[in-house]
Amino acid sequence: MDNFTVGVVVFPGSNCDRDVSWALEGCLDIRTKYLWHESSDLSDVHAIVLPGGFSYGDYLRCGAIARFSPLINALDEFVKSGKRVLGICNGFQILTESGFLPGALVANKNLNFICDDVELDIVSSKGGWFNNGDEKQTIKLPIAHGEGRYHCDSDTLKKLVDNELIALRYKNNPNGSSFDIAGITNARGNVLGLMPHPERACDETIGGTDGLFTLKSLILK
Amino acid sequence: MDQFAVKIFVRLRPSVLDPAGEATKSASIKLGVEGIKSLRIGKMIEVKIEGNGENEVREKIDLLCDRLFANTVIEDYEYSLEKL
Repeated sequence: MDNFTVGVVVFPGSNCDRDVSWALEGCLDIRTKYLWHESSDLSDVHAIVLPGGFSYGDYLRCGAIARFSPLINALDEFVKSGKRVLGICNGFQILTESGFLPGALVANKNLNFICDDVELDIVSSKGGWFNNGDEKQTIKLPIAHGEGRYHCDSDTLKKLVDNELIALRYKNNPNGSSFDIAGITNARGNVLGLMPHPERACDETIGGTDGLFTLKSLILK
Repeated sequence: MDQFAVKIFVRLRPSVLDPAGEATKSASIKLGVEGIKSLRIGKMIEVKIEGNGENEVREKIDLLCDRLFANTVIEDYEYSLEKL
C-alpha cells in the first residue's frame, strides 16, 4: 500500500521511538509518523507501534500513567476496527495496564536489568506477526528490561494457552515469566505485545534480522 | 465540604513473587537480625481530599485505587481515612 503509514507513539520518556521509525523506514520502506501522546487523532495512520522506553518515568508502575493519555483513550476504537497495534517492551506494559492484553509485567525475578539477546520459540502466529512454518521455529531478538516478568493468574494462563494467544516463549527464561511467556496477542490477533525488541534486529550489521518479519507484518490487513 | 487525610497501602498479592522483598530480607539477615520469617515491600500513598461526607470520599478513593493506584492483577490495596 503506497500511503500506508505506521504511527509511532511518543510519550515523555519513550526512547525506542526513533529506532522503530528507523527500522520501518530505513529497512522496510514503510512510512511512519510520530504521534505525540496527547494527540487523539488517529485518522491518518493505518497501524500503531507503542515503542519501548520509560513512559512517564515508570512512575507508580510501568505503563500505569501512559494509560490515561488521550492517545491510549483513542486506541480502543482503533483496535476495535481491526487495525494493528504492536507494543514493544514499555509498549507491552502499557497494553497490559490499559487492559488491551491480559496479565501484568513485574520486576525481573533476579532484580537485574537484563540486556541480552534471547532465543524465542514462536508458539502461535495468530495475526500473522511471526513466520510460523510447519516446523517449530526459533528466532533471536534482543531484550532490555528490568520489569519484564510476565504474570497472570492460572485461569488467564489457561485461556492464553487454549486460545493460542501466546506468541513467543523464551527458550531459557531470563526473568521468571510465567510459562516462559515473552509475547501475547489479543483474541482477534490484531494486538501484539512483546518484551523483546524486533526493531533492534532489522539489520545484519547490528546483529540479525529476525525482527523484520514482525515489523513488516504491521502492513497486513 | 469535609476534608479527609487518606493513607492507602498497595501490596503485591501473596501469589506474586516479590524479588525486592526477598533481597531486603537477605540484607536484613546479613545485618544480624534474626527471626525474619517474611518480608514484602509495598507502597503507601497519602492523599488529602475533599468531599461531601465519608461515603463520597470513599467512592472517590475506591475509584483511584481500583483504576490507578493499584493494578489489581498483581496488587491488593487497603486504606484508612481520617477526617481533618
